[in-house]
Amino acid sequence: MRRGSPVTAAYSWLVYVFLYAPIAILVVFSFNRGKQTAVWEGWTLDWYRSLAKNDLILGSVRNSLIVGAVATVVATAFGTLAALALGRYEFRGKGATRNLLYLPIIIPEIVVGAALVTFFGVLSLHLSIWTVALAHVVFSVSYVAIVVRARLSGFDRSLEEAALDLGARPVQTFWRVTLPLILPGVVAGALLVFTISIDDYVITSFVAGVGATTLPLQIYSMLKVGVTPEVNAVSTLLLLVTIVMIVIAQRLQQPPAEGLRD
Amino acid sequence: MKGGRAGRGDRAAYPLVLPTWATLGVFFLLPLAILFVVSLGQRATYGGLKPIEDLGLYISSGKFLANYARAFHPIYLQIFWRSIWMAVVTTVVCLAISYPVAYYIAVTAPLKRRNLLLGLVVVPFWTSFLIRTYAWMFLLRTEGLINHFLLATGWISQPLELLYNNFAVLIGLIYGELPFMILPLFASLEKLDLSLLEASEDLGAGAVATFFRVTVPLTMPGIVAGIILVFVPSLGQFIVSDLLGGAKTILAGNLIQNQFAVARNKPFGAAVAFGLTAAVLALLFFYALYTKRKGQDVLL
Repeated sequence: MRRGSPVTAAYSWLVYVFLYAPIAILVVFSFNRGKQTAVWEGWTLDWYRSLAKNDLILGSVRNSLIVGAVATVVATAFGTLAALALGRYEFRGKGATRNLLYLPIIIPEIVVGAALVTFFGVLSLHLSIWTVALAHVVFSVSYVAIVVRARLSGFDRSLEEAALDLGARPVQTFWRVTLPLILPGVVAGALLVFTISIDDYVITSFVAGVGATTLPLQIYSMLKVGVTPEVNAVSTLLLLVTIVMIVIAQRLQQPPAEGLRD
Repeated sequence: MKGGRAGRGDRAAYPLVLPTWATLGVFFLLPLAILFVVSLGQRATYGGLKPIEDLGLYISSGKFLANYARAFHPIYLQIFWRSIWMAVVTTVVCLAISYPVAYYIAVTAPLKRRNLLLGLVVVPFWTSFLIRTYAWMFLLRTEGLINHFLLATGWISQPLELLYNNFAVLIGLIYGELPFMILPLFASLEKLDLSLLEASEDLGAGAVATFFRVTVPLTMPGIVAGIILVFVPSLGQFIVSDLLGGAKTILAGNLIQNQFAVARNKPFGAAVAFGLTAAVLALLFFYALYTKRKGQDVLL
């Protein structure tokens, strides 16, 4: 039996409106013809067209894509391997590995940013998009490990044992049996890394050198100067990309058959 | 085959975790250690670290703690106090708003709609904090939509100063952190055995008594997890206070950022960063004790 009154339902829908209305208004006003952003003056795609001609924005998109791609590949590989180790082996240092993976999620981003920029300074490392990509790997490995680890809990190990018994080498078994089975989790983890990477502002603002401006840094500096319809347009595009990724990641993470309850 | 698993397992795990250990060891733990050392140092005139001439004297004179001592100056205490009370208000308001929503998704809503309702919370959970904060900047500005609406309807004759104050920062924090409260509450409420609520009511408890004496205690793990997930990030906030609070609502996060970017006093910034980290770790230590006692599921 389901419980609760219509009041709970109505109230919940109000909260959903609160969650989505500000974003929706931002998106709608990216299509507003008026330059004075609070007054509606009709539909236009002008702001999107001017984005396409804005070299600063295009450059920042390029940087964000490079950083996102590098961070996604590296963090997904490392995180998946760590999840495999945690999911199936009892080894010395397992507890420490878990705690080590929790830390980057727990420690405030601003502290991680400050620590990394100090570290790069000590090494006299030139700040560039590569220091940004490195920082992004550091804070996203944990998310991949968590998502892939969740996928492993329903994993039937006898399938791997069968492959080994039938004469497959361990490497073959990994590529042909293990990886296809955990692939939805790996892809979901990769999508999340890319999403976090192209959205990150705080840590990136510490470790990005001159010429390494990513899209969120570009948006932030535009906001500091003043609100323009162009900011709404670029924000809308970023939202669109991330929402698509999250929805796909979410689908991939859902267990195939969910147990029903009364 | 199965008998050999434990023995075979031990060593095979190390190559798998090595890349993660190396990455997080070199680019996470080591930087944190260096930041800690810097927090014990002194700022040089042009922003770098001042070389220490006599280490023995430096330690015995207590100078290595100077940055931490400085953090107790009333100017900074005021900032930390503001960070704490704003994080507390954000957490309490988020909990109050979220519980009925999580209850609705987990218990009231038709099952076939549950995934959609949950997905609608997950999307803002992962989308850009920056853009979601900007959305409020857009609404609250002097020339923003809210002022425009109030002026047009004749409720006010002068635009209100809605932005750059504590109120705006609180709205931004609550809005930003809300999904982080709904999700853990949902996870707990989803596991709630509804027959216990029926039993309570059959035994004569009213709806209110059942809620506070059965539902709330049984979903306490979700409540505690939600409190942690909202309170900890609020404490280290930087974007919301910078964009919606301006120079008037400086939080601990802004203070740290300012020392690194503007004031060029890295040792002091590092000390504040470590104070913040210590506070967060202390909270999580108690949380770990709590979950251990409750035997809650772990993520990794």
